[in-house]
Amino acid sequence: MSRSTLVNWLLVLAVLVIAVIPLVFIGSDTEFGGADGLAVEQIEADHPDYEPWFTPLFEPEAETASTLFALQAAIGAGFLGYLFGTLNARRRLAAARPDSRLDDPA
Amino acid sequence: MHIAEGYLPPLHAAAWTVVAAPFVVHGARAVVRQVREDPDTKLLLGAAGAFTFVLSALKIPSVTGSSSHPTGTGLGAILFRPPVMALLGTVVLLFQALLIAHGGITTLGANAFSMAIVGPWVAYGVYRLVGRLGGGLSVGVFLAASLADLATYSTTSVQLALAYPDATSGVLGSIVKFGTIFSITQIPLAVCEGLLTVLIVRLLIKVSPEELRRLGVLRTPAPAQQEV
Repeated sequence: MSRSTLVNWLLVLAVLVIAVIPLVFIGSDTEFGGADGLAVEQIEADHPDYEPWFTPLFEPEAETASTLFALQAAIGAGFLGYLFGTLNARRRLAAARPDSRLDDPA
Repeated sequence: MHIAEGYLPPLHAAAWTVVAAPFVVHGARAVVRQVREDPDTKLLLGAAGAFTFVLSALKIPSVTGSSSHPTGTGLGAILFRPPVMALLGTVVLLFQALLIAHGGITTLGANAFSMAIVGPWVAYGVYRLVGRLGGGLSVGVFLAASLADLATYSTTSVQLALAYPDATSGVLGSIVKFGTIFSITQIPLAVCEGLLTVLIVRLLIKVSPEELRRLGVLRTPAPAQQEV
């Protein structure tokens, strides 16, 4: 494994560690509710008379919403993968052409 | 940082929409200009959009016992300057508002202002500053993306504080209250966002060195030997 690849994997590892630390050390009985939801609770606690004056036209229930979040991540990741593949192929093809502006060996 | 649908009073919702709209329109023109002037960078532009699409869907637990998500707007701001992210970030927010009921149409202006405008400009400013101070690309990208993430959530705290000043301590007290919910939770996530943005820039340098050199991100002529 090249040094560069190693660094990339270490970056991934660091992100995973940071994400898992709270789960391990704060305990599994914590709900880890979204900060956005906590802000709403804070508003409702301070201003019990406030009525949201507009409601979402379409509101999926919690389970469906988490599926949709996963779908959002999957669509984005799939598109990123496609773009990386295309960029890589384009670079290789350009490098294989003798008249290419890209002199970088693939 | 998504302010839920209907939770900004009408006057605030309208004001933030008016403030954000010119940035988004300008951003749309910046995207069109970028694609027209340098079509080869279209794929990178797509990557910047896809990156923010993925990251804003990732809910990551934090040390405060709540969870939140990164924004992913630093990458595009560094590659293409902030205006393009005003459009791309707003498109992501619109998608989440309409399909997931996360955020909202009435709060779209405020959310776009924090995530698609303040974040990217902070990222760009930090990135340029680090470059001028002689810091390396990785350091610049890391600081730019993390601070953009924090700035986005701090902006949300201020927006909510302006709408809901504390009964006794006023707007400032309210900033502290919402800041505790958002900004503290966000610190480890901002580090994650910085690391992930460094990772994707490293990967992009591998597959697209020529375009990145043209965009001014990569300065040296020999990308194969370039250690980042």
